[in-house]
Parts: sequence; structure tokens; C-alpha cells
Amino acid sequence: MTNAQTLLTIENLRIEAASQAGGKTVLVDNVSFSLRRGEVLGLIGESGAGKSTIGLSSMNYTRGGCAITGGRIVFDGENILELSEAGNRALRGVRIAYIAQSAAASFNPALTIGRQVCEVAVRHHLVGRAEAAAKAVELFKALELPDPEHFGERYPHQVSGGQLQRAMAAMAMIAEPDLLVFDEPTTALDVTTQVEVLSLFRKLIRERGTAALYITHDLAVVAQIADRILVLRHGKMVEMGAAQDILTAPKEDYTRRLVAEREAATADAFVSEGEGGREAVLTLDAVTASYAALPRVVDTVSLSMARGDTLAIVGESGSGKSTLARVIVGLLPRESGRLMFQGKELSPGLRERSREELRRIQMIYQMPDMALNPKHTLLEIIGRPVEFYLGKSKAEVRARVLELLRQIELPEHFIDRRPTELSGGQKQRVCIARALAAEPDLIICDEVTSALDPLVAEEILALLRRLQERLGLAYLFITHDLSTVRRVANTVAVMRKGKVVAYGKTAEVFSPPYHPYTELLLDSVPEMRPDWLDDVLAARKGRVEATR
Amino acid sequence: MLKLVLRRAALGVMTLWAASVLIFAGTQILPGDLAQAVLANNATPENVAAMRHELGLDRPAVERYVEWLGHAAQGDFGKSLVNQRDVAKELAPRLYNTLFLAVYAALIAVPLALVLGVLAAAFQGRAFDHIANAATLLAISLPEYFLGYLLIKWVALYLGWFPVLANVAPETGFFGRLYLSFLPMLSLVLVIIAHMMRMTRASVLAVMASPYIEMAFLKGLPKWRVVVEHALPNALAPIINVVALNLAYLIVGVVVIEVVFVYPGLGQSMVDAVSKRDVPVVQACGLIFAAAFITLNMVADILALVSNPRLRHPR
Repeated sequence: MTNAQTLLTIENLRIEAASQAGGKTVLVDNVSFSLRRGEVLGLIGESGAGKSTIGLSSMNYTRGGCAITGGRIVFDGENILELSEAGNRALRGVRIAYIAQSAAASFNPALTIGRQVCEVAVRHHLVGRAEAAAKAVELFKALELPDPEHFGERYPHQVSGGQLQRAMAAMAMIAEPDLLVFDEPTTALDVTTQVEVLSLFRKLIRERGTAALYITHDLAVVAQIADRILVLRHGKMVEMGAAQDILTAPKEDYTRRLVAEREAATADAFVSEGEGGREAVLTLDAVTASYAALPRVVDTVSLSMARGDTLAIVGESGSGKSTLARVIVGLLPRESGRLMFQGKELSPGLRERSREELRRIQMIYQMPDMALNPKHTLLEIIGRPVEFYLGKSKAEVRARVLELLRQIELPEHFIDRRPTELSGGQKQRVCIARALAAEPDLIICDEVTSALDPLVAEEILALLRRLQERLGLAYLFITHDLSTVRRVANTVAVMRKGKVVAYGKTAEVFSPPYHPYTELLLDSVPEMRPDWLDDVLAARKGRVEATR
Repeated sequence: MLKLVLRRAALGVMTLWAASVLIFAGTQILPGDLAQAVLANNATPENVAAMRHELGLDRPAVERYVEWLGHAAQGDFGKSLVNQRDVAKELAPRLYNTLFLAVYAALIAVPLALVLGVLAAAFQGRAFDHIANAATLLAISLPEYFLGYLLIKWVALYLGWFPVLANVAPETGFFGRLYLSFLPMLSLVLVIIAHMMRMTRASVLAVMASPYIEMAFLKGLPKWRVVVEHALPNALAPIINVVALNLAYLIVGVVVIEVVFVYPGLGQSMVDAVSKRDVPVVQACGLIFAAAFITLNMVADILALVSNPRLRHPR
């Protein structure tokens, strides 16, 4: 096992966290792997699988309340768990560098990008200030950042998310480390940006022969960059092997489910179209809205949907899709245009709408954690709209909440629980129940699955589909995830900079001839073929410019 | 950015104007007739009427307010009713004494509070943190006059290091002033340090939970560098506000300490003037205090604005 080529060996790693009850929770249990110089190992798993914990442990770092309680971590022949505080500092940033999920959160807002990028080299006295700055410019160039000479003078809020994520790669590479830990580095980016950032990361580590741990929940992303893949679940190893083997011939059942789910996501199976000639639920006619002093966020949008329809609004961040939802529910009054709901025009503002009108449109949010009051029980959360909109008595409310719990497939005894006792998927189910409690005709789902793990998200989508069949609801799905669209929507509207650029039946919008922007979006959804990224990059040259 | 600063400054001027209205109105609605109070035993109806005319009290309040504000804006606060001397001249040395004590205390307390706060945050949960917290909490919990008397008993009387009375005179030299006003300064420092230190600690700790702080540690930076270079700049806004509030307190809230140490500051003048119904002096003191309070808060808000990189460097 030990030879000159081995860079990192982790043996029987065990990491525990002190739980609230005073006991210990095992986060990582008996994990062993090794990494050669220049090799990229993908760590795959859902949230809570211990991926980030393992990644950080390779720098002998644990987050608050956690501790490495067993095993060895040997980096370049040395057990780093025995390092002194000074030894740790000499390792971190210099020999092993970390690239976090959110560059916006990981850059200090008060300091310039250049200062933070050069910090490791300067503070560890590797090179002088001027030399570090020159090196940073060189890295900015390699990462294709705009105006590389002066990029470092800017503050983090002055550049885009994709640029900042690349700047973080520059920050990690400045000291030419032997090992990079990528922790979901493209998850927070739009699909089209993800492609660029991913290809630059790959170029950088290949050119410099840097080894990497690449942590992600997305099999298709890891397929583009990793030599080997380690699948984790609940802190334990599920299976490890060459990337190709894991993706095409997974041995373990859990891996097979992950792969199957990901394949379904890119398969060309569309939802059957609804029958025509049904009663229109919602019609938007040239609706325009903006926030004070900003250019139009929603620009002459016209859409229509009928009972039982699922209309998906897709677009990247900043396209105005969430604002459109706020306009429909009246949180942001429209400036002009008509908004018809079941044949009647709705007032622009929330306050002018009747309770009955409010009841008929409900909303489900992206973050179930933030959408639920942690101090309320499920009875209060789900019972409140029953009481508010339908004026039921206490006993009736309780009976209705129990019925709703059955509908969302949660046990009845959950009625007295609070959101903190539920998992992410269960919380989102509660949000669905709360929306259903008002007996609405239209539910607006704002990125309802993007905070959930793939398998959990799949269950939520299936639940929504069953409810729609049973209750004849109309859904307005707001999402940036095209695979969700393919699976749930019969009509789709593609938004870009406040305008609808493509609108129609999902099967039509998503098959040739495409609108160029739709094609760019579709092409950017990662596929599990390892050569997908190369194909996209080859196909993209020129076309990216054409659509910008 | 400039727009925000100007808007804040304009708001400050408006507030000061509103304060001047309140001060003037407040001194007008004090019970009893001013002329009668001034004349005391000689208050025959004729004398009172003559006095009222002399003081201008027979004119409408609005007219008198405008006149008073116009003069005050030029530094003329009128004449004292008690001794007929010019109020501005009378108060100038008092104001100097108050400012001297305030600056003296601030120069010691603010850096000390910041350093202690940052250290307490860096050593969170350790002995230093607990001791610093407990000590400052104790100091803030004791009434300031009690602290003052404790210092007099132990430092002045028992150890004999500093005088009991801080009776500085206009001819006292700089170092003499430092020496004489040491104990009042120390009591003020003890009173205000806790608030600033705890706010520094709390806001640094809040920032310490940010991902960019974890990133700084993962770059192998030593803890003191992470705290001072990465956390502190982002924790400044709330700290600046609390510092300003305490500086304002040093100017407007030191009456008790001035009385305990018989220090001839502005607060004492105001208390004297109120008891003697010397309305022009009360008005002048009120206006000076309001101006100090409003200016310090305005400066703090502007500094907090300036400390925000998003406002300093727009996209």
C-alpha cells in the first residue's frame, strides 16, 4: 500500500459528533481509502453521508463539536493526526487546499479578492507579496477570468458567482498544493456556468498534476473529473472502484439506485400531455413587474394553464422566475398586464384580494427549514390554513390534519411533532400538506426539490404527481433543474432576463428545433458519460457567444 | 455612497433642530412664572410686568424661539438670569472640562474595550473570557456613584495615590489635569467598558461562525490573524455604534460622577442652573448636550456605512 506514489492514505477513519442529548453520533465510520499523486477520487453520497467531514479531516480539521476518534490519516508519509497546531498550519493551504461549495460565503466580504488569493503564499512566506500577486494574475488568466491584471483589486460582491468560484480555485492553487479538496464546488452555480467552471477545474488539476478529493452528490459531475469513485452512505463506505465501473456496473443496491435515478433524470421520457379543452385556471397576459429602480424583472410574460396542468418555468438565477411567482400570488404587484384566475381578473396586490382568492393559490418553497415555524407542531402548521380559510372547528381541524398526513404519507402520530424532529424530505411533505390544507386549485412550487437529496426529491415529485391525479390540481413549477421539468411538466416556459424565450408543450420545447438558449440549457445538464464534458465543450465553441 | 452619507447628515441636522424645539418648549412649560422667580421677594405686580417685558416674555413664544435659535447658532446663548454674565463665556471652560474628561476616558476605555473584546472572543470559553466577562459585568452593575466612592475610599484615602476632589481650575496645567481627574476618568472607564467589550466580543463571535472564517483557518492562518484580519473588519458596524453611544454618554451622562468628585463640568452647571431657574443656561446646556449626542451618533452611522465594502465599492 505504501509507495512513493501514494499521497494520502486514510485508514479506518472514525469521526464522532457530540449530539444534543449528550451522547455521541458517529458521522464517519470505518472509512479507508488511498489516493495516488495526481489522482482524482470522487466522494459521492447524499447529505449526511459524511463526505465533507471526510474531506475536511484530510486537513486534520473538524467542524465544531466533532472529533476524529479513530483511525489514521497519512499524508505524504506522515500521520497528520499527530501534528501540532503549527504543523497543521504548515499543512493547510500550503500542501492541502480546500475549495468550498459557496464562494460567495467563503470569500471575506471586507477584503479584496487579490489579497485573499495571495494570502496563503504571503503569510506562509513562500514568496513575496509582488511575486504572489504576479502568480495570482497568472492563475486568473489560466482560469479565464476577465481583466486578470486587475481582477484581484475587486471585492467579492463585485464579481459574479461563477467568477468567484474560479477565484477560489486560484486561491487554492496559489501555493501549488499536492492535494485539493473540492467540496461541491459547482453545486451553487447555474448549469451553463457549471460547465465552464468544471472544465476549468479539470484543466487546472490535469495540467499541474494535482491530486484531488472531489466531493459531490451529482454522479454526472463526478463522472467528468474523477478517476475513481467512493460511494458513501450514513458515514459508511458503500463501494469504491474505477469511475467507469461504478457508473456502468454498480455492484451495490444503493449505488444502483443512485445511478438509476440519475439516468431517469436525463432520459427523454416526457409526461403525457393533458387533454385539451379544459377550464383555464390561470392566464397571464403581458404581465410586467419590477423592483424599485431595477430594470424589468418580469417583462411582458404571457402564459396560460388549465386544471390538471403542470407548467414549468425554467431559467437560471436572475431570470425572473421566482419574481413571476411573487407576482402571481400578489406579493409583488404587477405594473401592467392582466392576470386571470378561473375567468376573473386578480388584483395586483395581495391586500386587495379576497380570502377566497388567496385560498385558491398556495405556495411551496425551496427551503422547508425556513418555511416552517420550528416552535409549532404539525397540527398547528397544517391546521392553521384549515381554520383560517375554511373556518372549521377544533375537532374538524384535527381530523382534517390527520387526513392530510395520510395523504402526504406520514404517520398519524407525527401530528404532535415539531419540524425539528423531521428529516428534510418529511419537512417538505409537511409544506405540501399545508398547501393542500387550503384546498387550492393552483399550487406554485418554487424549487421544491433543489434542497433535497436526489432520491428524496424523486419521492417528493412522485407524491406531487399522485396528489395531482387524485385532486386535479394545477402546478406551477419553478425550477432551474431541467430533469425535474422533463419528469413533471406537460408545458414549459423558458425564461431569460425576465422574458419568456420559449413556451409550449414540454416535448416540443425540449426537442429540435430548439430555441438556442433552450439548447444551451439542455446541453449543460451533465450526463454520466465520462466524455460528456469534452463533447459539450467542443459543441459549445461559438454557440455560447451566439446566445450571449 | 455619498448620497447615503449626505442623507444621514441631513437627518442629523433635522434631529438637532427638533431637539432645539423640544428644549425651548420644555423650558417654556416649566411651572411658575419666570419673572416672579427672578424677582422672588420683590415680586410686586408692577415689577413682574416690567421684568416680563425686559425678558421679552410678553412676546409670542414662536418669535422668541426664532430669535433664540438665531443667536444660539452664532454662539450667543444670552445672559444668565442669576448673575447677568454671558452664558457662552460662562460655559466655555465648563464645556472644556467636560470634553477633557470625556476624551481622557474615551482614549483609555475604547482601545481597552476593543482589545479585551477581541481577546475574549479569541479565547471564548476559556478562563480569560470568563474573568473579563465577570469583571466588566460587575463594574457595569455597580451604580456609578458607588464606584466613585469605592475608588475614593481605596485609591484616594487608603492608598493616597490620587486626590479625592478633582477640582481643576482654568490655570491647572495639562498634566495636573490628568492627575486631578484620574479617579473620575477611572470610574467612567469602568462604567462604559463593559458595554463596548461585550459588544465587540459578541459581534466578533457572530462573524467567527461564517464560512470565510473556516476558510481562513483552512488556509493555515494562526488564530490571532483570523480574528484580527478576517473577523474584526466584518464586525465593525455594531461596535462603532456602541462606541458612539458610550462616547455620547461620556459627555451627557457624567453629572453623577462630576458631583461625586466635585469636578467643574457642564453637567454640574446644568444642575445648578435648573435649581436656580437660570433658563438661558439650561437651554444652552441642553442644546450642547443634544448636539454632542446627535453628532456622535451621526458620525457612528456614517462610519458604519463607510465600513461596509458593498457601499464603499459599488459594483
